Amino acid sequence: MQCDHCGEREAEIQLTEIEDGEMKTLRLCNLCAAERGLANPVAAGTAPLADFLAQIGKSVDEPSSGGPAEPCPYCGTTGSDFRRSGRLGCPQCYPHFERQLRGLLRRIHGSTQHVGKICIGEGLEEDSQVTRLADLKRRLQRAIDSEDFESAANLRDEIRALEVEYAE
Amino acid sequence: MSAADRVGERGLRWLIGEGHDSEIVLSTRVRIARNLQGFTFASRATPDERQRVEARVREAVEVVPSLSEALFFEMSELERLDRELLLERHLVSHDLVGDGEGPPPHSGLVLSEEDALGMMFNEEDHLRLQTLVNGLQLERAWERVDQLDEELSQRLPFAFHHEFGFLTSCPTNAGTGLRASVLIHLPGLVLTKEINQVLQGISQVGLTFRGFYGEGSEVVGNFFQVSNQTTLGKSEAELVDHLGKIVGKVIEYEKRARSVLLREAPAVLEDKVWRAYGILRHARSLAFDEMMNLLSGVRLGLSLKLIRGVRVETLNRIMIFAQQAHLQRAAGRTLDEIETDVRRASYVREQLASGAGGRQE
Repeated sequence: MQCDHCGEREAEIQLTEIEDGEMKTLRLCNLCAAERGLANPVAAGTAPLADFLAQIGKSVDEPSSGGPAEPCPYCGTTGSDFRRSGRLGCPQCYPHFERQLRGLLRRIHGSTQHVGKICIGEGLEEDSQVTRLADLKRRLQRAIDSEDFESAANLRDEIRALEVEYAE
Repeated sequence: MSAADRVGERGLRWLIGEGHDSEIVLSTRVRIARNLQGFTFASRATPDERQRVEARVREAVEVVPSLSEALFFEMSELERLDRELLLERHLVSHDLVGDGEGPPPHSGLVLSEEDALGMMFNEEDHLRLQTLVNGLQLERAWERVDQLDEELSQRLPFAFHHEFGFLTSCPTNAGTGLRASVLIHLPGLVLTKEINQVLQGISQVGLTFRGFYGEGSEVVGNFFQVSNQTTLGKSEAELVDHLGKIVGKVIEYEKRARSVLLREAPAVLEDKVWRAYGILRHARSLAFDEMMNLLSGVRLGLSLKLIRGVRVETLNRIMIFAQQAHLQRAAGRTLDEIETDVRRASYVREQLASGAGGRQE
């Protein structure tokens, strides 16, 4: 269906307005909707994803750019699979595409560091390195948020030490 | 026994229309996305893998206390009409209803009696834990889902990363995996034309809005689903709290808009409410959108005490039971569009008549 305003682009948003006591429904394209000051949450959500997908696609085309050209070793998902579908293939895709994901997550969420619940379920010991790291990083984020830079510096050092240990 | 019979009134408790701010907020929903470590995400998984995920889910569901009374539905065992019925009750997504080729294999719904607590499985993520409660009850909804998550995490290995949190098929859900949303009725702001400003404001503070049926759906009957946009970088409690605060503001604006309308244009408003009631009470054919807009008028009238004798619960029930799949289920056969509209009008007349009808103060 075409946009009721410009009559050119595909309508993607339905706008219900009351004019002179009459309820009118307009079908608008994203551009005309934006001009009316109507944000499109769907478009807002997908724009950074599209950016990222273009970026990850590029890194697949140009391995020299530093991104992994190889598909995820666990599930075989490639950068272009992700670009096409907007979906990752498995949990291992996160560490595999970590570098590009970090940029994307920052643009979508404004952060890359999870500060919510920690998973200490089956297969993970309560004091395992994974949960300790998550906990420290969460505390670091809190320290930064509250501008407690002394604690932040200590936590950062602790995290570094643990990450080195973890890598070995 | 059809799925509709098995479901009965489950997932409909919120229709009672009671609770905090229930004249403006209909329902509160919280869902969290979880995936199992060691499996590919559902969208990429083979049928065999999906089956193994389903088996793990089934095992866990049988033993966790929160789901002791829960019903287990596999989508492929349900008729299309029943899948649509679950969609109309906001219990499953469009994805689980499926296209012409049927639902995704080994996908389904777990549904308990209280608060419709349960989950979708093998949807976009392996698990989507969810609950649906009446009125504005964000904390309660979060606590219910949190408890279920705790219980399940003792039995299922959830995919978790120290930096990115809970890992999800789409990076827009990573971190907490949490989406809290509130179904809110804003006819006052629509009538005073302030709604666009409010919606714009919402999107500037990390929230988003959707239509009656969630993502990608249209706004009908002045109902908006307001939810958090981001899921990473804030704790679950912070996300829920922030949404609650903003919704509180929106409720304030809506109340203000209603009192302005009542002060500035009482005759117009009263006429609008009674016209809506009159059409609902007497129409012989009603399209869904038309009905929703009229119900919105009556709901507004009830809340402003311009009309009495109609119960909010009646309006809520009509909204659910006068949807297409529900009407077809009641008719026991497929209905074309004209028949559906006729049946809808007749159902609405019956409901409003049995609710004793509107009375002026």
